[in-house]
Amino acid sequence: MVQPNIRMIDGNDAVASVAYRLNEVIAIYPITPSSGMGEVSDEWATRGQPNIFGNVPSVTEMQSEGGAAGAVHGALQAGALSTTFTASQGLLLMIPNMYKIAGELTPFTMHVTARTLATHALSIFGDHSDVMACRQTGFAMLASSCVQEAHDFACIAQAASLESRIPFQHFFDGFRTSHEINKIAMLSDDDLRNMIKDEHIAAHRKRALTPDAPVIRGTAQNPDAYFQAREACNTFYNACPGIVQSVMDRFNEQTGRAYRLFDYVGHPEAERVVVLMGSGAETVAETVKHLANEGEKVGVVSVRLYRPFAVEQFLAAVPQSTKSIAVLDRTKEPGSVGEPLFLDVVSAFQSAGRNGSTPRVIGGRYGLSSKEFTPAMVKAVYDELSADKPKPRFTVGIEDDVTHLSLRVDESFDIESDEVFRGVFYGLGADGTVGANKNSIKIIGEETENHAQGYFVYDSKKSGAMTISHLRFGPDPIHAPYLIRKADFVACHQFTFLDKLDVLDVASDGAIVLLNSPFGPDKVWDELPHEVQEQIVECKLKLYVIDANKVAHDSGMGGRINTIMQTCFFAISDILPKDAAIEKIKEAITKTYAKKGDEVVRRNCAAVDAAVNHLFKVETPEKVSTQRRRQPIIAADAPDLVQKLTGVMLAGKGDLLPVSAFPVDGTWPTATTQYEKRNIATEVPIWDNGVCIQCNKCALVCPHAAIRAKVYEPSALESAPDGFPHVPYRAKEFKGMEFTIQVAPEDCTGCRLCVNVCPAKDKANPRHKAINMTPHADVLERERERYDFFLDLPELDRSRVERIDVKGSQFFQPLFEYSGACAGCGETPYVKLMTQLFGDRLLISNATGCSSIYGGNLPSTPYARNADGRGPTWSNSLFEDNAEFGFGFRLAVDAHEDQCRNLLERLAPTIGEKLVMEILEADQSTELGINQQRERVVALRKSLANVDNPDAKRLMLLADYLVKKSVWLLGGDGWAYDIGYGGLDHVLSQQRNVNVLVLDTEVYSNTGGQASKATPLGAAAKFAAAGKGVDKKDLGLMAMNYGHVYVASVAFGAKDNHTVKAFMEAEAHEGPSLIIAYSHCIAHGYDLAFGTDQQKRAVDSGIWPLYRYDPQRLSLGDAPLMIDAPAGRIPVSDYMRNETRFRMVERIDPQRFKRLAAQAQQAATRRISVYQHLAAMRMPNGNGSTHEE
Amino acid sequence: MDMTSSYAGLTLNHPFMVGASPLSDTVESVKAAVAGGASAVVMRSLFEEQVTAETMATHDARDFYADTFAEAASVLPEHDAFVLGPEQYLDHVALIKQAIDVPVIASLNGSTARGWVEFAQAIERTGADAIEINPYQVITDLDRSSADVERNIVDMVRAIHDAVGIPLAIKISPMYTALPNMAKRLVEAGAAGIVLFNRYFEPDIELEELAVSRQLKLSTASELPLRLRWLAILSERVKASLAVSGGVHSAADAVKAIMCGAEAVQLVSAVLNHGEATITEIRESVEGWLSENEYQSLAQLRGSMNLLRCPNPNDYLRANYIYMLQTWQPG
Repeated sequence: MVQPNIRMIDGNDAVASVAYRLNEVIAIYPITPSSGMGEVSDEWATRGQPNIFGNVPSVTEMQSEGGAAGAVHGALQAGALSTTFTASQGLLLMIPNMYKIAGELTPFTMHVTARTLATHALSIFGDHSDVMACRQTGFAMLASSCVQEAHDFACIAQAASLESRIPFQHFFDGFRTSHEINKIAMLSDDDLRNMIKDEHIAAHRKRALTPDAPVIRGTAQNPDAYFQAREACNTFYNACPGIVQSVMDRFNEQTGRAYRLFDYVGHPEAERVVVLMGSGAETVAETVKHLANEGEKVGVVSVRLYRPFAVEQFLAAVPQSTKSIAVLDRTKEPGSVGEPLFLDVVSAFQSAGRNGSTPRVIGGRYGLSSKEFTPAMVKAVYDELSADKPKPRFTVGIEDDVTHLSLRVDESFDIESDEVFRGVFYGLGADGTVGANKNSIKIIGEETENHAQGYFVYDSKKSGAMTISHLRFGPDPIHAPYLIRKADFVACHQFTFLDKLDVLDVASDGAIVLLNSPFGPDKVWDELPHEVQEQIVECKLKLYVIDANKVAHDSGMGGRINTIMQTCFFAISDILPKDAAIEKIKEAITKTYAKKGDEVVRRNCAAVDAAVNHLFKVETPEKVSTQRRRQPIIAADAPDLVQKLTGVMLAGKGDLLPVSAFPVDGTWPTATTQYEKRNIATEVPIWDNGVCIQCNKCALVCPHAAIRAKVYEPSALESAPDGFPHVPYRAKEFKGMEFTIQVAPEDCTGCRLCVNVCPAKDKANPRHKAINMTPHADVLERERERYDFFLDLPELDRSRVERIDVKGSQFFQPLFEYSGACAGCGETPYVKLMTQLFGDRLLISNATGCSSIYGGNLPSTPYARNADGRGPTWSNSLFEDNAEFGFGFRLAVDAHEDQCRNLLERLAPTIGEKLVMEILEADQSTELGINQQRERVVALRKSLANVDNPDAKRLMLLADYLVKKSVWLLGGDGWAYDIGYGGLDHVLSQQRNVNVLVLDTEVYSNTGGQASKATPLGAAAKFAAAGKGVDKKDLGLMAMNYGHVYVASVAFGAKDNHTVKAFMEAEAHEGPSLIIAYSHCIAHGYDLAFGTDQQKRAVDSGIWPLYRYDPQRLSLGDAPLMIDAPAGRIPVSDYMRNETRFRMVERIDPQRFKRLAAQAQQAATRRISVYQHLAAMRMPNGNGSTHEE
Repeated sequence: MDMTSSYAGLTLNHPFMVGASPLSDTVESVKAAVAGGASAVVMRSLFEEQVTAETMATHDARDFYADTFAEAASVLPEHDAFVLGPEQYLDHVALIKQAIDVPVIASLNGSTARGWVEFAQAIERTGADAIEINPYQVITDLDRSSADVERNIVDMVRAIHDAVGIPLAIKISPMYTALPNMAKRLVEAGAAGIVLFNRYFEPDIELEELAVSRQLKLSTASELPLRLRWLAILSERVKASLAVSGGVHSAADAVKAIMCGAEAVQLVSAVLNHGEATITEIRESVEGWLSENEYQSLAQLRGSMNLLRCPNPNDYLRANYIYMLQTWQPG
């Protein structure tokens, strides 16, 4: 046996390591949770790392999973060894090609991180609904249940596919396996070479399409031939299970790790057996061992090869003694007799016959969307099998109080061994907790005999996000794919968490608690809330504190407390001798950060040395001494549903909610972020009314609608809190009114965009602006009261704002507020502006991506309502179909309006001709006109109420559609430039009134910065690490080519009034409009407080031109295109050097950077010259109409 | 005419070199300067503060968002060759060293005691022929004394001298209360050359924006007299060779600086204004002038007007005009 190479590694890396080494052509598309496999493959290829054949595989990012599947199909047909990685909707997009690949008996292995499909909601987490949707394609399906198996099966699948000619879908549970770090034995190149036979590769090559021995494949067949030809592949499927087993046997010889098509674990004479596949099988197997030790006759069959389903081998795996079987499916097929694995098991027993009696088979669902699946739940399933009348169909892991399918679970049941150390760490994303914990488990797993496991839970917000790390260490391999329930060690890396969450709930009796506290060992006790004191006393917890923020600050680490907390963990957990541990931590730091510069290593090491000296044990009293309770997580005035549902989820207790608590169809109320008070900023902007020039730029740029402007009558100030700042409004339109800028202190993320954009400086002290960052704690109480009062000030009558520019627009109430977007986000100011301008009549279709996550990720939703109850209505269909989806909105709205107009005409004699005429001919081009139309609709309703006929009833229902609606199609560049481009193009080619807003961050932001066709020349992005060599696609120019599309390119940080103007014109354009909006992003690699400065540089350099193309101008005899900002004021390289995405290219290869920067300059110049032609264009007859009205 | 010169331990074919400037930014521009006649090239400074600031900023930009969100473990690509630190500068020095056959003098501006030494050692490893130390700093601390600042600089020069084997020059500022003593201590600490003087970014005020802007204007010949005085005062009195930097725009300027004791003449603004060929033009004019005036060699000229040898040393020293009457002494 080859000496195994031990590594701590996650499932994605484990699989990619094999897939990369065994293949030549890799075509991928980013999708969670599989993206890591493609990314790491790209890294290896960039580094020139060869596969086992001595060549560097080509790794290509395509425009969609459909594209990746097509590319892979082609590569296979042309004789290459090819693979891809995907999940969920991405896998669905591959299905058409999967049929083809299987129909052509093509050896191929794809690796799937099994993920939930979007139904009533999207979920990025794991279950088998995606892979189960492929079981009809003809692919073999091989399931692995842990990191080691994922690594091994990646090899077994490919070897078996090459030998059997059946393509394989190798899958493992998304997140639970793909993102779990565990200790595994790595397959060497020799292992792989020995497993993959040259003769099978040669056979594959010989089947390749080549003009040197031409054949054709992919013909069209007719009734005479298709059916028989389809049956011709049967023998290959019949042979496949045997081949898989023989490969597994060879694998055993090579590595000593034995697998079977169906692996049985348990009592040899088991009476109760569970059948399942995936990571859950590990949980069941461990529980079975525990129960069997106690004498229970239980067992589990873990399904490895699910397709082709080998009935004989399956039946052989089930002990003859079995009386009852529970089949667990991690998917749901509503309306079916049962879920797929259950049906397979039933029909296996049914079809094969078997000696003795057939066991009773029941079927249940578990673990949808990574719902926890614990030993206690497994026990509940076995208990159910013992019942006289077990539920034939059940669920486990939730409380179903509607259809009562769920099993009762005894949560106290636990099988975890005392030999396993369990630690849970609560951190902020930004403090580096997860990174340090990954290093800790590497140190323990790779440097000691211990086994180790790490799993990390993230929250749904992108700013101020919390992370929870679950770490296990022990002498034996760790098979526990579920979160830690009882921990020996709990670390809370942010003191404020204690007031928000039940952090110590997870602590076992006598556990160690490590707290990052600004209060020392003598003071900290009095600062703990009642609940925490109680837990410490009752569970006899041992409390340690360190002021890690101070240590970090003193060692120049800013807010990065990770290595400090890591050192404290080792210092008090006794896993390793302290000095040895510190040595290892420093080694790990050097290894991790060496490339990032000596200074980073030095500062981290200094922080490690300082940590131990600042760590203190706290002598805790034996009695609770405070009455101060934890703060409620939800505002007391929140509606019932928010209290009972959103509030519970926000408290991290959503698992406890029963089925009845939830909407049945995924419909949720909007406007719920307002009840969640996050308080994540350390500093907030405070207004100085004496300096302000009332430009409202601060309000415009705020990504979270956390700084707002209002004008109001002086009388409204009567009940103002003491010192509420205000000044008389300066301009003439609201003479005599008062003006205030107010921060929302609990919702601000502290990004500083507003302060940086503020142009007003104190004349005597120009460092002081009209808004200035101030410590949050100093002003919280005062500003909270002021903000409450501010919100209650009446909103300005929209129709009174005559000039809708930056200033005017900010007097409209934002109907998108306090989202979970990153601090300093460059997208959300546009989204917010859209809701201010059109929010009360706005339908939004949102492509999947950042904007759908901060826009629609539970628990709370940022789209809001005005005082009349109106506001944006929002939905996300898919990533790829957003243009079509929004277009559908428009078709429906137009149909409703048409119907209303017809009904109005029919009902005119009854209602009154005058009102009908006024409604039908209403000018709704202004806020005033819309307001008046709303009033007419009220009058219409009033008169309809007295009419008793079906037409009147129909009109009553639809009458609101007589008020103009605004349809906006929202998404990122990944959608608009890549995956959704075909649909977008089609929608733009139509004449319907839709508005497209492309939030262009120039990468796939949400999945971690992969290159898109919007990525600019010279920028480094994933899949373009050396700097993209091709210029950004000119989406705007392509849309202009139609002639009837309104197109604008905007950047609010460069010219905010231009942005507002473009939004207004786009909305006014009676046809399709496209706005491409420069959105600075964390993936650009700089402090986003300077986002607007970079936007200016982008525009000044010409790399981001500002323009508007208005088709109507042609018919007026004007050139349709207006270039709205001069370019070439600064060289493009001045813009590029400020962002890491460009700068890293310069540091990697200065000559290449120079070349790319020169090309980028040329490209900018070329684009501008093309635009200048369009800007000078005149139609000979002065009529530029390009389409018939 | 023997034009050779010995500056900071380097033997130069003639004194006219390119000073620290954008002229060293690319291999092409350095080659052009050498083709134009430069006897050595001084590189732009490696700024420790800037390296550290970029390192930490990039670290923050990358790591602040790593492992914070379930869908993205990072937001920027990993690349083995993306190394932060002084490497880019060092690689550039090495590249230039390979590209030309006249001495390459790297320049360093450190901000910490450790940084000065480590970066100097790194520069030595690139093959640079000498290091020009640029101790530029603006002291704003009301409690910090000039003695303390000077001690720091002298200690730093000594530490670098102890740590590296290549010669050191130091480019100083004219703002010392007792410049000769400072120069003497620097030389004792290990400086083999002193460059007179550093020129700095100067602030300006943007009236509309209420902001401070920074600018660096090219030098003019009007800056030469200050340098002439201090060259003359230090020449032959400190055991180091002197270079003039700033203010030499013509052959006459150069002759004056050499007369006052300059072993090396650093040209920047003249080259930026008139092209690389200026270097050879100035050299040839100086040579011509020497011949015309029957000098045997450049060495004969060098230092001839310094404090020790000039006809009336008081002319370098008087702060104000002294009337003839006041200098008259009765019989």
